[in-house]
Amino acid sequence: MTDPVFGPAPDLDADPELVQLLTPEGERVHHPGFDLEFSAEQVRGFYRDMTLVRRLDIEATALQRHGELGLWVQSLGQEAAQIGAGRALLPQDYVFPTYREHGVAWCRDIDPVQLLSMYRGVDHGGWDPAEHNFNLYTVVIGAQTLHATGYAMGVQRDGAVGTGDPTRDTAVVAHFGDGASSQGDVSEAFVFAASYNAPVVFFCQNNQWAISEPIERQSRIPLYRRSQGFGFPGVRVDGNDVLATYSVMQAALRHAREGQGPILVEAFTYRMGAHTTTDDPTRYRHAEEVEQWRLKDPITRVEAHLRREGLADEAFFEEVAAEADELGERMRRECKALPDPQPRGIFDLVHAEQTEELVAQQASYDAHVASFEEVH
Amino acid sequence: MTVQTANEFKLPDAGEGLTEADIVAWRVAVGDAVAVNDVIVEIETAKSIVELPSPYAGEVLALLVAEGDTVQVGTPIIRIGDAGATAPAAPAAPIEPVEPVDDADAPRTGPEIIDTNIPPTGQATLVGYGPKQRTLRRRTRKGEVRSAPLAPPVQPAARQPFPDPRVGRALAKPLVRRLARDLGIDLASVIPTGPDGTVSRDDVLAAASPIIERTAPVAAPRAGELETREPIRGVRKQMAAAMVASMSTAPHVSEWLTVDATATVELVARFKERREFAGIKVSPLLVVARACVLAMRRTPLVNSTWDEAAQEVVVKHYVNLGIAAATPRGLIVPNIKGAHDLSLVELAQALETLADTARVGRTQPADLSGGSFTITNIGVLGVDGGAPIINPGESAILCLGAIKSQPWVVGDQVVPRQVMTLSLSFDHRHIDGATGSQFLTDVAGIVSDPGSALLF
Repeated sequence: MTDPVFGPAPDLDADPELVQLLTPEGERVHHPGFDLEFSAEQVRGFYRDMTLVRRLDIEATALQRHGELGLWVQSLGQEAAQIGAGRALLPQDYVFPTYREHGVAWCRDIDPVQLLSMYRGVDHGGWDPAEHNFNLYTVVIGAQTLHATGYAMGVQRDGAVGTGDPTRDTAVVAHFGDGASSQGDVSEAFVFAASYNAPVVFFCQNNQWAISEPIERQSRIPLYRRSQGFGFPGVRVDGNDVLATYSVMQAALRHAREGQGPILVEAFTYRMGAHTTTDDPTRYRHAEEVEQWRLKDPITRVEAHLRREGLADEAFFEEVAAEADELGERMRRECKALPDPQPRGIFDLVHAEQTEELVAQQASYDAHVASFEEVH
Repeated sequence: MTVQTANEFKLPDAGEGLTEADIVAWRVAVGDAVAVNDVIVEIETAKSIVELPSPYAGEVLALLVAEGDTVQVGTPIIRIGDAGATAPAAPAAPIEPVEPVDDADAPRTGPEIIDTNIPPTGQATLVGYGPKQRTLRRRTRKGEVRSAPLAPPVQPAARQPFPDPRVGRALAKPLVRRLARDLGIDLASVIPTGPDGTVSRDDVLAAASPIIERTAPVAAPRAGELETREPIRGVRKQMAAAMVASMSTAPHVSEWLTVDATATVELVARFKERREFAGIKVSPLLVVARACVLAMRRTPLVNSTWDEAAQEVVVKHYVNLGIAAATPRGLIVPNIKGAHDLSLVELAQALETLADTARVGRTQPADLSGGSFTITNIGVLGVDGGAPIINPGESAILCLGAIKSQPWVVGDQVVPRQVMTLSLSFDHRHIDGATGSQFLTDVAGIVSDPGSALLF
């Protein structure tokens, strides 16, 4: 509808361009702006990554149902978006994840068992962020976009942007979802990133559902166009297409490293599972919708492509399947072996340096804990 | 010789901070072989319906809880033999599925055609509801899991979406909603008896029972079957027990009287014009209800209880007036507490509220218990009269027939009048024919001449 004075209103239903390099049928298509050549080895690598991450996710979901985890946040269906974004990173890039970025964590060499520890409740994140350039999972919705922007502004101040040195120039990725796009934090992050031209890539996995709220209620315009209002570019990519996501993210990260400022990438994907193991999506969405997205499965299309083009033989698929089985078995075993947290961890892990008061509190607390007997 | 070892799977907290869950359906039976992550059971928590995958591989040795049970988190629910062990010996202990516990089996007093079956507790959660007392304990670790065959990935089950947003209006767990949907029951029409006014599984089944006989797949005879066997349980079982108890303990006497209700019909029409009754439904039922309360002043035994244990007749100085209400779920009898204290306008309001509440299925268990006398208005179904059965715990029940224009002798003339039949059943152990007849003629007298109410 066009207002006589103000002109046309934006339209969510307008068919936005979707960068795609691999159709759901596994057919390789080309894009003028973001095309890349992929070797067979690269594509097989994507397939392996996604298959193992899916198994990781399915196994963790089952572990929650076995009573071994308090909660799990499923990434089922979002493997291409996460692997594409994760594999496009350079070692010095820094990632601020949500709590669903298991595929990106995989690319940052975080052991899947370490992902389980927070959901088992034995620690608050099982890895050293500085070691992996991958921050701890952030549970507060959208908060990490501000952390990422602040970090990116720090990168600028360190002079690690636009130097032309490919081992020095750094990009920061802020992960968030369609639901977080309604958070004030995300808008603030957009404002600061734009104002300071910070080297941050806002990577939004639009999985269509913010728990039970559909995307239609989050935005009147396609999400990638939000950035226009803040003064930086945005692009929508088929988030179920690992080749396209990799390609777009590689370009976006380069753009940020070169000092050209922030970019919003909307990976258009679908949450095939529940929001978390506590959620029951059958209460708010239609099975038909899930079935439609199942046809766009990110792994199936890569497998179809590999088989059609003869880029992988049967032995390869069997090998990956066996590797996935092995991973599942190891996760079950090692999850149960994760050590319980020690009560004094709260003193050891919160402050870098102890104050006198805290040392006294710790001594008193240790005595208190020692006064209990273990009951089995 | 090796002894088969077994693993017990304890009900996990499938949500965050849940303390219990309902067992919806077992997907495995004793003797089945399961692999790790095979779905073994569907459970319903306060938050969702979830499928539980098996943490063990092996043969199912026992199902330790039954479908329909509410189980505390941590309770062993299944015993699975160790896949690594050699040929399993026959289990020493008999393996029997536990029969579902049916609360309705317990003997109860009160109007038995009413379902006041309340689950003992709702599904509790820990999160957000304050601290729960617990002993300090460390989690005990299970032994290492033996190497087990890997299962295919768990596929999320495709479920039917909600076709009807109206279903959401009634409070019910997802399982109950699905059951209602499967049986074609509008949840809004079901009488909720669960905690906080929620519709329970039994409520839906009770509402569906007449429908099940006609249409539902569970009862549909298969081709070639000449009869269908349905279990007697739940509300049906309660109703049967109550009716048998009433008929076998209280010797029923039924009397009826056909009466010219024209004056009542005219009075109702005049009341409708009055400001006091603006927006309130006025009907002949109101006049009859008032007539009963007044007539009891002369024959208080009609409003009493036979206390067999104490060998006493308890004459009540209050009237909790039960009104049988036809709902899609069947007949229920909520009662108006303290009807003897209400003015006619208040009584009219109470009747309307009661009917509206019953119609939308919001009648609370408290409204269904403690009645002292019942009126059943089968006239609205087009019936002239009948011999109603007394609600256990009460001593009489009055049945209103349909008001029809019929020939009536007035003076020497046959004229068309608005005629109805009043039928009364009473307990002949303590109410004799004279008392019962007196009550019936007093009520009928007010119906034919509302002015006679001034006599009471």
